[in-house]
Amino acid sequence: MRELVSLLNVFCLLSLLAVGGGSAVLPQMEHETVTVHKWVTADDFATIYSLGQMAPGPNMTMVGLIGFKAANHSGMSNAWALAAMLVVLFAFYLPSSFLTYAVSHIWDSFKENPWRDSVQKGMAPITIGLMLAGVHAVGKTASYNPAHSFHFNSLTISIGLAVTVWLFLNRTNPALLILLGGVVGWFFLRGI
Amino acid sequence: MENSPTCTEIFRAFFRIGVTSFGGGLVAYLRDEIVTKKKWMTPDDFLAALEIGQTLPGLNSVNVAIIAGRRLAGARGAIAAATGLVVPGAVILVILGLLYVRFRNNRDVAAALAGIAAAAVGLLLQVTLKIGAKQFLNLLDLFFVLLTFVLVGLCHVSLPVALFLIAPFAIILHRPRKEAAK
Repeated sequence: MRELVSLLNVFCLLSLLAVGGGSAVLPQMEHETVTVHKWVTADDFATIYSLGQMAPGPNMTMVGLIGFKAANHSGMSNAWALAAMLVVLFAFYLPSSFLTYAVSHIWDSFKENPWRDSVQKGMAPITIGLMLAGVHAVGKTASYNPAHSFHFNSLTISIGLAVTVWLFLNRTNPALLILLGGVVGWFFLRGI
Repeated sequence: MENSPTCTEIFRAFFRIGVTSFGGGLVAYLRDEIVTKKKWMTPDDFLAALEIGQTLPGLNSVNVAIIAGRRLAGARGAIAAATGLVVPGAVILVILGLLYVRFRNNRDVAAALAGIAAAAVGLLLQVTLKIGAKQFLNLLDLFFVLLTFVLVGLCHVSLPVALFLIAPFAIILHRPRKEAAK
């Protein structure tokens, strides 16, 4: 039960901190769930994040799996784990949704305020910095993991960079590329 | 509004997006369904909703769903839209999660998952570089990008603390100019 309350606290706060989209809270989420609360390992976090990229719908729905894994980790049954997943999903989506619902009522009154533009322009680089920190948070195990061999790491880094470059040059559904990454991984990363 | 749909119709429309929108780019899916196919919102209305959704915390896609649902059928419409969007992916993730817990120690699965995670990092990097292109090329913005990255990403300064420290400066430096205010 205490675990559920902690999950609720952490993800409600993350919900309201998700300025400029969900990816902005990735570094903080990684820190809270891996280092502070130890609900998931760094490996789990990277994998769960990448599973979220393959499922349809908002990619941050993967937070539910962190709740699932956290309950699993503290020895709860699968039914409790599902409850934890729901708690996390509600915690992560409800607060920001309430805020949006309320603010969209009164939006017109400050739409013309010149400071709105300043807030947007000022927050943009912060959001990008947070997303970059998100790349680091996931990449520090998924792309370069000191526990793995040099060959393993050069391959994971290459897969990532190949996806980055490919997406700049072509319009491909990213879910397909990620699936392809899985095939490449299965083929080449098994032995090393 | 040309026609006001029921909550069931709203749920069904967003559920369809929730099922088919593999690979992100949800806002485009939403626009296609709400504006082009169903004609529930004008392009301008949709853009205004997106603007609110991007400014406020939370996921842009979920926020747009909340606003669109609210305009179509009030609070119940908002709930119908958001749940329709989120539930299919959540169900699929439960299945993936159960498989993951069960097979994570299998050598083949572990290798495939390592490849998947490696590719996901590449995707996130590309998205960051693409939407941040303007900020990376502006010296002042780049300073804030790097400052945020170092504080939150490397030093693990808590996000609310970092926002309170950095955001006021970033916003003041972009304050409305006198001539632009008119």
